[in-house]
Amino acid sequence: MPNSESTLQDPSHTAASAQPASLPRLGMPAPLFEAVTTHGKIRLDDYHGGWVVLFSHPADFTPVCTTEFMAFAAIAPELRQRNVELLGLSIDSPTSHIAWVRNIKEKFGIDIPFPIIADLNKEIATLYGMIMPGESKTETSRCVFVIDPVGIVRAMIYYPLTTGRNTAEIIRLIDALQTTDKHHVATPANWKTGEKVIVPPPATMEEVDARLEAGFECTDWYFCKKAV
Amino acid sequence: MACVGSNGELTESARRMLAALENPATPEQVAAHTELPLFRVRGGLREMAEAGLVELNAGVYASTQQGRALLSAKR
Repeated sequence: MPNSESTLQDPSHTAASAQPASLPRLGMPAPLFEAVTTHGKIRLDDYHGGWVVLFSHPADFTPVCTTEFMAFAAIAPELRQRNVELLGLSIDSPTSHIAWVRNIKEKFGIDIPFPIIADLNKEIATLYGMIMPGESKTETSRCVFVIDPVGIVRAMIYYPLTTGRNTAEIIRLIDALQTTDKHHVATPANWKTGEKVIVPPPATMEEVDARLEAGFECTDWYFCKKAV
Repeated sequence: MACVGSNGELTESARRMLAALENPATPEQVAAHTELPLFRVRGGLREMAEAGLVELNAGVYASTQQGRALLSAKR
């Protein structure tokens, strides 16, 4: 089939019917796009220099999504303090997004301050693998992509249609990633800002000796923490 | 186009960005002046450039005669 062949030969092709060459991977550049949003046309690289939380929801005017949007709106100021912008997406029209945002304001008194991508042709949803056919072929699942200031995918979260996300976890994740970048450390399970962080395990004997003299809080040579 | 409303007038954000271009400026300078998010300024200036309201030279935007005329038009 000539059309299929030409699609496969063109790595930039991202039409809804095509499979992307590769879904986003941690540590790899986030796929670039230009999108129609409730705030006008936006390109992903318009966010260069800041962090982006790109997240999808199944559909406008649905109850779980409405609770999520109000929760995302509530954390938007905290995220902006961290140089993070929110960018929503669903397979709905700009008109539907605008009507829903106005409805949330009218019924709940909450402003939605971030743009929402109208991905009617599923182009970006397909590019990012946001559609889980086992759940729905017409809606995006609850996906979150954390993209750093140089456009690298740093974290991905996937929730099913039935389960609203925990926005406190998204803030915790951002704090952990930014702490990692700033101090070159890792963060333990359930870590929160202010708690001790993990010193990356040593790769050489020389590093083992050095860390034992460095004053870290070590349980064993491979398990050391420090305050930052 | 988001920079010009259906009534042919500048949108509020476009008006603020154009007003910030009294002197040529980078998107970062326009964002600081207007207190709009940088991503929004980048997208808005790009759309205004496509509409001929501003022009881009070496990373610096300047308003065009058309842009200045629209900015000074009565609302």
